[in-house]
Amino acid sequence: MWKYIVKRLLWMIPVLLGIAIVIFTIMYFCPGDPAASILGNSATPAAIEEKRIEMGLNRPYMVRLLDYLNQVFLHFDLGTSYFQNQSVMSGILYRLPYTFMIAIICMLLQILIGTPLGITAAVHQNGIADRICMVIALAGVSIPGFWLAMMLVLLFAVRLGWLPPYGVGGLQYFILPCIANAFAGIASQARQTRSSMLEVIRSDYIVTARAKGLSEREILYKHALPNALIPIITVVGNGMGMMLGGTVVIESVFSIPGIGMYTTSAINNRDYPVVMGGVLFLGALFSLIMLLVDVIYAYVDPRIKAQYEGQQKSWKRRKRANG
Amino acid sequence: MANSVAVSKGAAIGRKKKEGQFSLVMKRLMKNKLAMAGLCITLLLFLLALLSPWIMPYAYDELNMIDRFATPSLKHLCGADEMGRDIFSRLLYGARWSLALGFLATIISTVIGMIIGSIVGYFGGTVDTVIMRLIDILQAIPGILLAIAISACLGSGFMNTIIALSIGGIPMTVRLLRGSIMGVRKMEYLEAAQTINCSIPRLIVKHILPNSISPIIVSVTMGIGNTILMAASLSYIGLGVQPPTPEWGAMLSAGRTYMRDYPHMVLFPGIAIALVVLSLNMLGDGLRDAMDPKLKK
Repeated sequence: MWKYIVKRLLWMIPVLLGIAIVIFTIMYFCPGDPAASILGNSATPAAIEEKRIEMGLNRPYMVRLLDYLNQVFLHFDLGTSYFQNQSVMSGILYRLPYTFMIAIICMLLQILIGTPLGITAAVHQNGIADRICMVIALAGVSIPGFWLAMMLVLLFAVRLGWLPPYGVGGLQYFILPCIANAFAGIASQARQTRSSMLEVIRSDYIVTARAKGLSEREILYKHALPNALIPIITVVGNGMGMMLGGTVVIESVFSIPGIGMYTTSAINNRDYPVVMGGVLFLGALFSLIMLLVDVIYAYVDPRIKAQYEGQQKSWKRRKRANG
Repeated sequence: MANSVAVSKGAAIGRKKKEGQFSLVMKRLMKNKLAMAGLCITLLLFLLALLSPWIMPYAYDELNMIDRFATPSLKHLCGADEMGRDIFSRLLYGARWSLALGFLATIISTVIGMIIGSIVGYFGGTVDTVIMRLIDILQAIPGILLAIAISACLGSGFMNTIIALSIGGIPMTVRLLRGSIMGVRKMEYLEAAQTINCSIPRLIVKHILPNSISPIIVSVTMGIGNTILMAASLSYIGLGVQPPTPEWGAMLSAGRTYMRDYPHMVLFPGIAIALVVLSLNMLGDGLRDAMDPKLKK
């Protein structure tokens, strides 16, 4: 297992290199000149050209790309923002808590509300509870998160005045963004839980468990749920990725100074180091979460664990045969 | 000779069976009320979008300053915006933009994804390893962030937004199709086709794709909804299709400034988006259930 984890961690290096190349290339072909936007409208062409040379923007694509990769991967330096005199890394770390807080709360909401909803729906299939859960779930995946956020603000902040409409501060500032962002996740969690529970509930060992005279509760939580967990965990992992992406838009609705806001506003400013750093950071975070999901799989499902170990065994055998 | 007769007989049987499968799926789909409702609403919206110039009460760009910020009434069904333009007419006409964005972007990404996916799934080996690693990289960037970066780079506009939206959808199609092709790759009928010297493109298009396409059909239906949501988010943060184009996300973005005093400006475009995506999701759910062999009973 450890070998597998280490292998996956090592594999993250080429993935991150790839992300860096992709995002660097996109930014390279972006119209608009950072040098011109730093100097403002009154700058002369000569001054802009001088600034371009000073910033190294006049060098060819390959040179700049290799320079950037060298700087990021060999010196662990994401560069300095063109506009705020601050290193990108410290900018990201300063904003990380906001994004992380929203993502974590949303994930908790998704697991704690979505899973029970799905289980209830599956147990009472085609009953009223099922219908209600599924209506909520369908609505959840269909409503745009940012629109839900606007409606929540209108209701709870503008009309009722219970919660602050935007900004950051105490916990009450996080309630609306988290609800708006988590709704889609809760919905997809409930849908996935329902369908994988339904699949399991029909299988023979559940009938056996009933025949043994186990209580419904025991059947549900000891026999059905563990077997239905794999697709559910996948949704949690994907959901976490979606949350990270979703925060980008939600942060802009609520003016929360998180990583998403940092990155999108940098795109508009042509602040390339910030954009590349932000995307790279989110990509790394996402890859780590995916690794975590795969490791959890192995703990939940002994079959998968055996597969990993079997792979290693066959690999060893091959190595022995070759060497 | 005898062989070819047997094969053509086999093909005939295969075709008959395929038609049977299709009608079976349709029959099961017809029974599903929710899915049929989804299909009807989608078709209706399409029709409305298509016929909008003839049925909308005002021109979508007709300014009517007296009715600025008019609240919903019989004169303006969904009210009017800051320039006195009728929101209901704009919604009808804007359906063209939103639907076209969703459909075109999804179809482009699905076609590209299917080409890559069938190559990867069929050849396997090194091709598979190399391309799947590239797909891994593309998938590690959060979709909305990738779309934001690309559309910032290409600039706003209809075609550019379609490109930005479709690139992010390619990896998922490739993965899905690859998985489902790997399931059928070892089948006897493929071996049979190969022995009668069936060329590789023909093998893929005629024999492999029809047998592995059902997950794609479901993902396209759901994907259109998701793409419409994403397009709206893009317009909302100031990229993608921009006002004064009556695209729904752009209308939300324009109405945001006046949201506090005139909530109807953001209420109705949001409902329109939710309605389209909801009906597509209902249809997609129904299709998935109808195509799932496990639920045959």
